Amino acid sequence: MITAAVSYSFLQHYWWLLGSVLASLLVFLMFVQGGQTFILTLGRSDAEKTMVVNALGRKWEFTFTTLVTFGGALFASFPLFYATSFGGAYWVWMAILFSFIIQAVAYEFRKKPDNFLGTKTYDVFLLVNGLLGPLLIGTAVATFFTGSPFKLDEMNHVIWLSPWRGLEAVANPVNVVLGLAVLFLTRVLGLLYLINTIEHQGIYERARKKLMTNAVIFLVFFLIFVGWLVMTDGYAYDDSGRVFMEPHKYLHNLLQMPVVLVILLAGVVLVLWGLFISLFKDSKMGIWHSGIGTILTVLALFLTVGYNHTAFYPSYVDLQSSLTIENASSSYFTLKVMSYVSIMIPFVFAYIWYAWKSINVKKITEEEVTSATETHIY
Amino acid sequence: MLQNFDMSLVDWSRGQFALTALYHWLFVPLTLGLSFIVAIMETIYVKTGDEAWKKITKFWMTIFGINFAIGVATGIILEFEFGTNWSKYSWFVGDIFGAPLAIEGILAFFMESTFIAVMFFGWEKVSKKFHLAASWLTAIGSNLSALWILIANAWMQNPVGMHFNPDTARNEMLDFGAVALSPTAINKFLHTVTEAYVLAALVVLGISAWYLLKGRDVLFAKRSIVVGSVFGLIGILMTIYTGDGSAQQVFKTQPVKFAAMENLYEGQAQAPLIAFGITAKEVEGEPGHHPFAFKIPLPGMLSFLATHDFNAYVPGLKDLIYGNPEHGILSFQEKADRGAVAQEALRQLKEARDNDPEKYKELRAKFDDPSWLKEYFAYFGYGYYKGEDPALLIPNISMTFYSFHLMVILGFWFLLVFVLALIWGVKDKLAGKRWFLWLMVWTAPLAYLATELGWITAEVGRQPWIIQDLMPNMAAVSNISATTVQVTFWLFTLTFTILAIAELKIMFKQIKLGPKDGGQ
Ligand code: HDD
Ligand code: HEM
Ligand code: HEM
Repeated sequence: MITAAVSYSFLQHYWWLLGSVLASLLVFLMFVQGGQTFILTLGRSDAEKTMVVNALGRKWEFTFTTLVTFGGALFASFPLFYATSFGGAYWVWMAILFSFIIQAVAYEFRKKPDNFLGTKTYDVFLLVNGLLGPLLIGTAVATFFTGSPFKLDEMNHVIWLSPWRGLEAVANPVNVVLGLAVLFLTRVLGLLYLINTIEHQGIYERARKKLMTNAVIFLVFFLIFVGWLVMTDGYAYDDSGRVFMEPHKYLHNLLQMPVVLVILLAGVVLVLWGLFISLFKDSKMGIWHSGIGTILTVLALFLTVGYNHTAFYPSYVDLQSSLTIENASSSYFTLKVMSYVSIMIPFVFAYIWYAWKSINVKKITEEEVTSATETHIY
Repeated sequence: MLQNFDMSLVDWSRGQFALTALYHWLFVPLTLGLSFIVAIMETIYVKTGDEAWKKITKFWMTIFGINFAIGVATGIILEFEFGTNWSKYSWFVGDIFGAPLAIEGILAFFMESTFIAVMFFGWEKVSKKFHLAASWLTAIGSNLSALWILIANAWMQNPVGMHFNPDTARNEMLDFGAVALSPTAINKFLHTVTEAYVLAALVVLGISAWYLLKGRDVLFAKRSIVVGSVFGLIGILMTIYTGDGSAQQVFKTQPVKFAAMENLYEGQAQAPLIAFGITAKEVEGEPGHHPFAFKIPLPGMLSFLATHDFNAYVPGLKDLIYGNPEHGILSFQEKADRGAVAQEALRQLKEARDNDPEKYKELRAKFDDPSWLKEYFAYFGYGYYKGEDPALLIPNISMTFYSFHLMVILGFWFLLVFVLALIWGVKDKLAGKRWFLWLMVWTAPLAYLATELGWITAEVGRQPWIIQDLMPNMAAVSNISATTVQVTFWLFTLTFTILAIAELKIMFKQIKLGPKDGGQ
């Protein structure tokens, strides 16, 4: 039983951790989006293209479901964040949602006879989702560090002070830098995934060539962001809940929470290691290292922005409206009920793992996607 | 009070929610029902080893996949729309309402999307048994997702298991069991999923009947009809039974909706049920009064439907608007006054918090006093309507009345169709009854009509409340401009319409292509 010994504060930290885990899984699973940005260029023949699309198409549901669950979990655990961000940054979220709506039908419909819009259109849908999804999500997450222009009225209702409704975030280069870093990261992960799943020499070689350029671009943007992060002032709050700017706040967080620093460094090393063995050692297993590395890195960034008396959804026009895991969370009771539900999460992971393993036993080959017995081909 | 609200923003937001929910709901029931039908067919295949059943299974699985994709596309928007368009609502009740949504994601959607992948891509890769288990788990997963979202919706119709925390000015959960297991939630879930089975069965029947009319895929069609009509018959009986249960819940917790469903203006004992009726224009000066131009009443039946007692008193709109002391019914006016008292207490409490600890304590105590809560706070939402026209508190009567009646009439029609299809199907007499085959074809779209009408009854009938008696829709919308919502409204209309056309074309093409050699 969860008793009174488990403090409110503990549950708030616990749910921020779960939300961060979901967010980091989401970024990793966006390898599907990253892969989608290559569907027009990676396969030469029709069969090759089909292999690429099918490799990705078997996984898109997970990414989508993770996004939906992320939304639901935030609603339940930090309802004030859900209300403030979605109700405030209206256009950013709508743009993200539209890019996912068109993805959801594209795989299933693209090759079906009589599909009204034609295969090309659905492929463009996938391309748009692949580019916009990671870019916008990355930009939106950057505002956790850079802040947004909103105020909360006395009833805690959000008033957004920019008519652009969230789109104003692109005016801040730091946000765009993180957006681009996420985009290129997902492209890298997409390539690593395709290298791992598809057995085909031509695709392998082309993917490896593209991997080099995309990895370099990703690293450049990522390093700029991390450089900015350790230099910048951050949004801190004191025991009474008053928010103030603290110089080098995020750097302090990393130093004051060594575990988070270790996770971050381990994550970055793993990402690099995955890239290294893929580029220089002919390994096809890079997705595992870089994937786990991505999860750890994103997790560390989310913990940095949420823990240690940091306002995770700051307002730069009205500091005191900023959201923290303490002032934005659900009641003690709800967090407690939800924590019981969270006990199921390991089981969920277990069956996902088992199911993935059992359908991934065979690599995707040319025979498979052209065979007559395989009936479900995108 | 009302001049503080931008009503055109409220209307566009309602319109957008209705639009997106109605679209989503075009695809969900088929998913809920067909997933089970597919699992049943695959079970027969695994038990008998008959390859023809495998082909049948695969054909319906293809139909399932096409429908599923667009169900997902339309669903994601709803999840986030609570935040984007109803952010005040999301804050006010996020403590309670968010939990089912999160649980839905964690427990149901992952199950569904994991096993659907095995179902589609695992034929050649996993054992027959595991594949069959995956098909069943997909069905269970989708039905679980329905469970949680319907618990959330039921809570809005009948808010239970929570208390209002005046310090944070929002509702907080007290009793998760009460939220999840309220009689409204249970009835709603059972009624909705069983009617989804009815719809899926009618689709199976309709497509199979068309094959019989064309004289093709005959074995496939006959087998599908037998499975479909057994499944559908059980479904419709449960639908009618739980529909009756839903009506009783509505009578208890949402009497205005109940009166609107039956267009009952003056309350009475032994109230008649209107089997069929045509409503006339509203009487001048009497809001909500639409006399019948024509009606076929069944005496005493409405009282029976509401309470299972022919003599029970059923209040009409007039009683609910103007009050009826004899039956202990408060007028809207009185409720608005009491609601305003509660709202004023909250305002004073906020003021007193920082500068008047004595007064704060005294007010705070009220919010913990059960009798004050029952007498005043229970009408909190009515406070917004103090001194306003009571007509604002009445839902659209004719829409609610017609949608409810058409749904019920269609329900009994479906019952008849399943019985006949089963009898003639088992006796193998269907092929000779072309008129009945055509009827089956045309009943499939009627199932879609009935299910949307059900939601229109439920949702239009509860207006103007987003949370019954506590929060009117105008207090729930986000601070955005009406123009913004208009833009997204039209974007959704366009996108979803194009996608729906694509879906229908693909679907009809697949039906024309048919199960290939799964027939004869
Ligand atoms: C094929 C569809 C279908 C059919 C044949 C029926 N229903 Fe239904 N009904 C629904 C589809 C539906 C629904 C779409 O599932 C609703 C909308 C909201 C809900 O909970 O279920 C619904 C709602 C609904 C409500 C309102 C519940 C609320 O406001 O919360 C009542 C009282 C009934 N139904 C009663 C009946 C009765 C007495 C039927 C007798 C034949 C019946 N329904 C047949
Ligand atoms: C998928 C089936 C559903 C359909 C077809 C449907 C239909 C509708 C319709 C027609 C309206 C507009 C009523 C009006 O403004 O006059 C509406 C409003 C609304 N419904 Fe539903 N509904 C569905 C399910 C749900 C569920 C499951 C929830 C909550 C979990 C929900 C929450 C709402 C909200 C928040 C509004 C807007 C606020 C309001 O107008 O009161 N709906 N819905
Ligand atoms: C208005 C509130 C609703 C919201 C917020 C909502 C949300 C969603 C979302 C986000 C998805 C996509 C999930 C995925 O990634 O697989 C989805 C699909 C689904 N929803 Fe809804 N939904 C609503 C209404 C309903 C209702 C009323 C039911 C059932 C009674 C339902 C049942 C389903 C099912 C079974 C799916 C799986 C996909 C499909 O059916 O095609 N939803 N919903």
